[in-house]
Amino acid sequence: MDILLMLVWIVILFVVVMLHVAYATYFERKIIGHMQVRLGPMRIGWHGLLQPIADGIKSFFKEDIIPENADRPTFLAAPIICLVAMMTSLAVLPFARGWVLADIDIGLLFIFAMSSLASYGVVLAGWSSNSKYSFLGGMRSMAQVISYEISMGLSLVGVMLMAGSLNLSAIVEAQGDRFLGMYLMPQCIGFFVFFISMLAETNRVPFDLPEAETELVSGYSTEYSGMRYAIFFMAEYIGMMVMAAIATICFLGGWNGPFAVPFFPPLWFVLKIYLFMFVFIWIRATLPRYRYDQLMGLGWKVLIPLALANIVFTACMKAILT
Amino acid sequence: MTRPITKSMDIPVADGEGERYSLRMGPQHPATHGVLRVDLELDGETIVECTPQVGYLHRGFEKLAENKTYAQALILTDRLDYIAAMANNVGYCVAVERLLDISVPLRAKYIRTIVAEMSRICSHLLWLATHALDIGAMTVFLYCFREREILLDLFEELCGARLTFSYPRIGGVRQDVTARFIDGLQRFLDIFPSKIEEYETLIDTNRIWLKRTVGIGKVSGEEALALGLTGACLRGSGVDYDVRKHQPYDAYALVDFEVPLGSDGDIYARYRCRMEELHQSARIIQQCIDQLPPGPIAGPDAPDLVMPNKVPARIEAGTNVYGTGLIKLVRDRNLYISGDVYVATEVPKGELGFYFISDGNNRPYRMHIRSPSFIHIGALAAIARGELIADLIANIGSLDVVLGESDR
Repeated sequence: MDILLMLVWIVILFVVVMLHVAYATYFERKIIGHMQVRLGPMRIGWHGLLQPIADGIKSFFKEDIIPENADRPTFLAAPIICLVAMMTSLAVLPFARGWVLADIDIGLLFIFAMSSLASYGVVLAGWSSNSKYSFLGGMRSMAQVISYEISMGLSLVGVMLMAGSLNLSAIVEAQGDRFLGMYLMPQCIGFFVFFISMLAETNRVPFDLPEAETELVSGYSTEYSGMRYAIFFMAEYIGMMVMAAIATICFLGGWNGPFAVPFFPPLWFVLKIYLFMFVFIWIRATLPRYRYDQLMGLGWKVLIPLALANIVFTACMKAILT
Repeated sequence: MTRPITKSMDIPVADGEGERYSLRMGPQHPATHGVLRVDLELDGETIVECTPQVGYLHRGFEKLAENKTYAQALILTDRLDYIAAMANNVGYCVAVERLLDISVPLRAKYIRTIVAEMSRICSHLLWLATHALDIGAMTVFLYCFREREILLDLFEELCGARLTFSYPRIGGVRQDVTARFIDGLQRFLDIFPSKIEEYETLIDTNRIWLKRTVGIGKVSGEEALALGLTGACLRGSGVDYDVRKHQPYDAYALVDFEVPLGSDGDIYARYRCRMEELHQSARIIQQCIDQLPPGPIAGPDAPDLVMPNKVPARIEAGTNVYGTGLIKLVRDRNLYISGDVYVATEVPKGELGFYFISDGNNRPYRMHIRSPSFIHIGALAAIARGELIADLIANIGSLDVVLGESDR
């Protein structure tokens, strides 16, 4: 019975997240449109509200092209690896007190593991497509994800030290529901490092090198079409949401807000996620793209030392205060 | 069924130095500005060898011109640099006028200067838009198009066309400017400086933009001269050469403007040069509007543009029906001389030269176009070698090439 109930919850979460992903694309197109003195989608539905659904139907019915010399099994598996890894990380996110599918003690570590796994999808896609642009995109992605995974992990060590746990619910509870309890202030260096690594981890501008369309056509996804391409797209957006959720949980106090919301406790959590999503989009509309070697330089020479210093500082402060 | 993965790819196993592979970038590639193909030899992402290939847009304009009268060949110049067609038209007309020794009334000179500078602004806006997009800043793209649209509307008001104008004619311009055009242009000039500031706030001091442009694609002044660079690419390296200033044509001698110079010769210097040129172009247009004298818009000895159905029934043997206007001209002015002329004008991309050999006929015996884009593409190999793929894209954007002009 428990398993059945769990399955129902999983299906509900899946459907809700998929709808969010579809409308996140709409959200992004509308916001960027208005930032760029145009309207964004307007044709399908009122102010283009049905556009994501039309896009979904379109990509579903498009021909699925597999290149002649592609490594077929790998080529087919790559997008699925991406999507599955990203969807799995949703399981440990606490949307509100008690609203979590798997309340495991190594939640944070689990999410890191999953987001690293997702990069396998990208690397394999780049390798198996048998296209030089995809290959370069895959290589870039590998280097980028490995470097930024380190700085991201290190940036959260401060949070772990302060909360004394890797359990995401426990991290939120440790911050309490007061404004000053948020780890944003004491962990501002950690937040800074995490925020930049987050952009790099999700391949967003200014770090969208694996799919830099003006350099590598479309990077690792150049040879993908139809639904398989859409799966990469979904994985990217779920990745954005997961990263935004981690930022919310670790630095902005998770589901806590100025007042408790009846009937729908995750409201504050969702609002905070959307705040981060907006910042993602805002940055995309504003900044140019880093170059590959500059990106690596930033990661290794600036972010990792900063994160390490933050760890030492946090540990010392904790030792002194206790 | 699994096929061998390295069948057509030749990706070597990285087991040391000197492992190279080739990448053909283009002719279908989102950042090669048309149909440029660049054959790259790569070591990782570093470019070891870079060979630009042109010709995908070759339409044989130089040969076509030999079968058209001087007046007819004008329309070919629209299709050279289709982003700044008006500047090409003006350049062509200036060259033919020099060849046939035709005088142009002052009003026509001013109008031509106005439209050529409008064209320069159009071209530079499109350059900035695509250059920024290549480096990843996508919002600048649409901001630039917003202002370019105003200019295209003005061109439409002036001559009915938005892209291929053929508005200037040998010996003047086709139609006079209207008051509405002047008003619209004045409104544009009033807002334009603030718009340039708007673009600059987005990228000018942006740390990432600086990282991507400062010190990249460096060309020293001597190198630039040796490579034959002209326009902003040459001035960005600190060489003071602008045809408008040093061999003035049309009304450029009568207006006051500066030639912005860079010093470093990198992508950022070229970017700054072009941004300054936007200001200078606006300044030139403003002066032209203020000084615009009354008078005719075409000289008395400008060739008639008689349509074929108005041609008198009897046509002399051996002459071209369609070139009647010029037949008249040639007979009247007694141009049965052989000669050649090279006339250069400053188009947005650089120095556009027309070289004519005339055998006294009403058609050019030979027309050669010195197109800046062609020469700039040639320089790409020297500039991009040793840099990264991402820099190659930035360099192509920075050299501001148009393949229609390069391939002619």
